[in-house]
Amino acid sequence: MDILSILADSTRSAFGPVAAVYALAAIGLNLHFGYTGLLNFGQVGFMLVGAYGVGISVSVFQLPVLVGFGIGLLCALVLALLLGIPTLRLRADYLAITTIAAGEVIRLIYRADFVEPLTGGVFGMQNLASGFRRFNPFESSARYGFGDITYTGTHLWTMVVTWSLVLVMVGVVWLLMHSPWGRVIKGIREDEEAVRSLGKDVFTYKMQVLVLGGLIGALAGCMMAMHQAAIQPDQFKPQVTFFLWVILLLGGAGRVFGPVLGAMAFWFLMDFTDGVLRGMGSMGWLPFLDSPDYGALQLAFAGLMLVLLIVFRPQGLIGDRKEMLINVK
Amino acid sequence: MSSDETVADRMAGAAAAPGSAKADPILVADGVRRSFGGLTAVDVGHLEVQRGTITALIGPNGAGKSTLFNLLTGFDRVDQGTWSFDGRRISGKRGHQVARAGMVRTFQLTKALTRLSVLDNMLLGATGQFGEGIAGAFLRPVWQRQERANTERALELLERFKLIAKRDDMAGSLSGGQRKLLEMARALMTDPDMIMLDEPMAGVNPALVQSLLGHITSLRDEGKTVLFVEHDMDVIMGISDWIVVLAQGQVIAEGRPSDIRSNQQVIDAYLGSPEEG
Repeated sequence: MDILSILADSTRSAFGPVAAVYALAAIGLNLHFGYTGLLNFGQVGFMLVGAYGVGISVSVFQLPVLVGFGIGLLCALVLALLLGIPTLRLRADYLAITTIAAGEVIRLIYRADFVEPLTGGVFGMQNLASGFRRFNPFESSARYGFGDITYTGTHLWTMVVTWSLVLVMVGVVWLLMHSPWGRVIKGIREDEEAVRSLGKDVFTYKMQVLVLGGLIGALAGCMMAMHQAAIQPDQFKPQVTFFLWVILLLGGAGRVFGPVLGAMAFWFLMDFTDGVLRGMGSMGWLPFLDSPDYGALQLAFAGLMLVLLIVFRPQGLIGDRKEMLINVK
Repeated sequence: MSSDETVADRMAGAAAAPGSAKADPILVADGVRRSFGGLTAVDVGHLEVQRGTITALIGPNGAGKSTLFNLLTGFDRVDQGTWSFDGRRISGKRGHQVARAGMVRTFQLTKALTRLSVLDNMLLGATGQFGEGIAGAFLRPVWQRQERANTERALELLERFKLIAKRDDMAGSLSGGQRKLLEMARALMTDPDMIMLDEPMAGVNPALVQSLLGHITSLRDEGKTVLFVEHDMDVIMGISDWIVVLAQGQVIAEGRPSDIRSNQQVIDAYLGSPEEG
């Protein structure tokens, strides 16, 4: 088992395009949960409509990729309104129930037979990224990087764009949260009745947040489609949402950089445990397991690490422990 | 001219009877009903609250005081009834619209926004903030001046409520009594005409009660109208200009503290009348 190469692989993953996509989606979730207290268990649904919005636009209708992004975002806007209008006046639990169900329902609809001419049904869509990669300034098959940590030109281009979007969104969130608007939002997280009693229209604020976080999630979905150049409905299962929650809690909810650090740490840990398991397997230390089982064990192992982290550092990597525990004393 | 005399003037001519007319009512409610299932929680025929006075709303447990409070402030929906505030009809309006009209409430279980600083709690109360719009939020130079003015006002209020030393602490670190003070100060940030206090003394240690009472009377002396729900009879008799007694959802008596103290119906309602056993 070569621990150095496992570490190199894990580091590559921590900075790679997938981590960037998850960081982006988690920024949206951070707006929902970390700042406003909205329990969104269907962030994957926003990613899905974003990914398919751009996918269908470029592959079925041959639209330019930027128009496709716009359509993906538009779909997310519609989804957020559909989810928010009936539930945001109710108790927080209703949004949670609705979003988790809606995420699954959307996936089942997009993979259904009757929409196959548009979405490709269970087979999904391919060749989506040519419009995006046309702007790639790097040599697509050359490798860039330092030492063992290198990326292809194609991946590097996706990384540059996605991490740039991450930085822009971090800036947007910082500006918003350091404004009177952000103060109202954080107030709603603490107690929306109190905020209402001071004359703020809580429903409108919650709606704005649901839309904004959903749009950021859809943007992550668009970048996912560009990264993979292909999408399938079954990669948008609820576990994606739960990964995003893990990322958010790991990094620190309600912190501007929490989702970014969380995504990097999460994908580092995922690849690290995978590498270690494979290494142990190849040395015959895991005789009771076949290699397809490693995936399940990897998740369990990552879960264990998270449990330890939450026991010993409940505020996440960069959260404020005192602030976190203020209601628990 | 002492404030007592002016308050007495304001109450002059008001009869000590349920639904009596006031000289200059700020709040007028008619036929307000709310039932939960088969139980009628509130059924108030007519109620007027005189401007610039401290009016107490009292009654035994389950009399509907808090429900009436929630209805009037838009935090619950009525089955029927109308009410107006300062001449404008506000029945059917939502909580935030009622607050904007100038009638601001506090809560029985204090709602300090625990993970916000004391100063941020205060600033949240300021009205008409440009930076509270999602687009305006990005225009820092535009809202910064307003923010400074609001901060100045917030600090003055914190000084007055003796919370100035806590300005940068999380509101969650305050004691129960300090939270009550903060909630009252925060409500004042909205510059209301009428302030509705739901059990302002509940859970407050006796040392702070006097200071809270002082704050309530000084609100009235500044010309604001106070309506409050309270249980402690000494407190009520001590500071109220007018008392409204609620029992089983209905107004059974109204009057000055001296009228209420001797009212047989009120005594029956609290102690249980012999006929009802």
